[in-house]
Amino acid sequence: MTIHADHSAPETAVEDPAADVRAKFGISVEDYMLPARHQIQMVNPDGTLRSRDEQGTEPGHEYPTPSDAELMAAYEQLVVGRRVNDQNSALVRQGRMAVYPSSHGQEACQVAAAMCLSEGDWLFPTYRDAVAVMTRGVDPVEVMTIFRGDWHGGYDPKEHKVGIQCTPLTTQLLHAVGVAHAAKLRGEDTVVMAMCGDGATSEGDFHEALNFAAVFHLPVIFFVQNNKYAISVPLSHQSVAPSLAHKAVGYGMAGERVDGNDLVALLAVMDRAVKLAREGSGPLLIEAHTYRMQAHTNADDATRYRPDSEVAEWQAKDPLARMKSYLTDKGLLSDEASNRIAEHAEAVATQLREGLGEDVPVQPLDLFKYVFSKPTPQLKEQSELLAGELAREEGAK
Amino acid sequence: MTITTSVNGNVSAATASAAASAAATAEASGPQSLTMAKALNTAMADAMRVDSSVLVFGEDVGMLGGVFRITDGLMAEFGEQRCFDTPLAESGIVGMAVGMAINGMRPVIEMQFDAFAYPAFEQIVSHVAKMHNRTKGKLKMPMVIRVPYAGGIGGVEHHCDSSESYYAHTAGLKVYTPATVADGYRMLREAIDSDDPVMFMEPKKLYWSKDQVDLGALRAEHDAGTSTEGRAAVARPGTDATLIAYGPSVPTALAAAAAAAEEGRSLEVIDVRTLVPFDDETVCASVRKTGRAVVIAEAHGFASVSSEIVARVQERTFHYLAAPVLRVTGFDVPFPSPKLEHYYLPSVDRILDAVDDLQWED
Repeated sequence: MTIHADHSAPETAVEDPAADVRAKFGISVEDYMLPARHQIQMVNPDGTLRSRDEQGTEPGHEYPTPSDAELMAAYEQLVVGRRVNDQNSALVRQGRMAVYPSSHGQEACQVAAAMCLSEGDWLFPTYRDAVAVMTRGVDPVEVMTIFRGDWHGGYDPKEHKVGIQCTPLTTQLLHAVGVAHAAKLRGEDTVVMAMCGDGATSEGDFHEALNFAAVFHLPVIFFVQNNKYAISVPLSHQSVAPSLAHKAVGYGMAGERVDGNDLVALLAVMDRAVKLAREGSGPLLIEAHTYRMQAHTNADDATRYRPDSEVAEWQAKDPLARMKSYLTDKGLLSDEASNRIAEHAEAVATQLREGLGEDVPVQPLDLFKYVFSKPTPQLKEQSELLAGELAREEGAK
Repeated sequence: MTITTSVNGNVSAATASAAASAAATAEASGPQSLTMAKALNTAMADAMRVDSSVLVFGEDVGMLGGVFRITDGLMAEFGEQRCFDTPLAESGIVGMAVGMAINGMRPVIEMQFDAFAYPAFEQIVSHVAKMHNRTKGKLKMPMVIRVPYAGGIGGVEHHCDSSESYYAHTAGLKVYTPATVADGYRMLREAIDSDDPVMFMEPKKLYWSKDQVDLGALRAEHDAGTSTEGRAAVARPGTDATLIAYGPSVPTALAAAAAAAEEGRSLEVIDVRTLVPFDDETVCASVRKTGRAVVIAEAHGFASVSSEIVARVQERTFHYLAAPVLRVTGFDVPFPSPKLEHYYLPSVDRILDAVDDLQWED
């Protein structure tokens, strides 16, 4: 496949970033790049809206509240996402799925990461971001392909503009950088969302991706879900930076901290980040403070490394309960709407149960089919060997 | 040909003259004396002219034209959008290339030196090699990773590794290694055209080797779709024994065959050309004909491409063999310093000694 690119792309750096920031926000470029003094939080854990001066905003870091329609659509996805997480964990317990890294407790991050993007944008998820991938519109059963233990990623990355989930950490951030770079060279206004966790910020590819994105001035949003643990290792063992968002300034990009269990604040911060990236302001780093309410995967025992009191503390900050009371108090969420949303979530759960209940027949010869575009004689030979064995097996029946 | 001014508006005199010389090479017709470096450079320039999705990037490939000058003049001709320097980070270079390949580009990236590619190993093995398989063929990885490799240039440590076995052992990568100037052009054009990722191993000691090459004929050959993938070449015909070599060892094998001819022994030399896919047919046909074989490689012998070749040959030609298949390879030691490299590298004498050991009846 060949795309004949139009290389009349914008230059690889803004003429004068400092002037750009001064014109947009009236602050110095350093004040723009450094995160605001406090994390951005718009709604309290009890669902009440915080006053403007409590939201953590300051000049250059002020965010408009998202529209009611956007909040309602996001809330629906939040409910679906929670149901998906819990249904998948149940399927693993029933032995119908190999493994599931649940994002229970992080659904607000999942939903915001996907919903702030337009159709032509790209999303590069981690293995814990299945809910974000579904929110983007990928078929739920297809998303679970990897976790049911299949050999391929299930969905077509190009169709949905979503990278394939994978288990190596932060390697996908560089793929995000490449996708953004190619788009920019062709003069397209694609924005790329590159997701990772707190543990991943220690990897070399995290550093290389941020630096490349900044140097080439690419429209990439690095979204770090800081859920406090990399399997069992707490954040204090990953980094002693003032915050992960502070890492941004070292690369020459803007960083921001946001309450990762506050869907309103997340959407506000992410929407502005997408807008800035699309306008050519370069990459951004957003750190969301959240918590992995469950174990790393079903194979993990979280009680060995974290106190119950900490889990209880975060239980009180649950993103769903918070959003539900906020929308109810605003008069946006009627009982009728609540029921309709619950039905939608149940329908997706049913889809997962049915889809993952079916035994997918394996095709042994698929082993050889996709290794290369143009297969080698060696693989043809090996494929014929296996085909012969299969034929003999069939004949013996 | 016009020289496009680079983004920052300063095309140096050196870059301008490089572009002019590239144009002169491009326009020359009939056989001309060309180095391997120039053949590779011309292959990239030709590919970039016909397909705007071909991009060249890496460390020092822009203004400098690469530390070996293989990308000389490309930035001047095609601009900084299509030939550019990256920050100094190999995993970043390869990882970004993966994303660009996903999004419609055909990256041709330079790893500068064999041993400097190791930081990119994870991207190469886990993503470049597997992306097509993991996505059931939905995503192709049309990229070329150029690796100047092997010794013979008196390089300092970490500059002379033979790393081809790491890549050949990885399912999903094709591995090419040209040994002649014409193959340099042919194989790089083919690698760039390929929808599969190609590890393009360039024997750095052959960069300055010269040959009479007709670029016009090579271009016509390319346009006609002639392929060298999986096709070994008979570099020198012979009847008594077969020398199987690739990349930097091909000229050594040819020199050994020339020396043997003076002693009345006719050695056939096979240039493997592509390690993956491997041309069992040509290699084994030669061994069946001669009944004797020596495999020559600069890399360490243990668990290497040369081991694989020996295994494949004896599996397929056992009843034709008059003697065990022998090997002449580098020792299983870290690549030595310039003063010692001569003892390490497969030499004409060592090859002839191995040939003498092939259980001749006379």
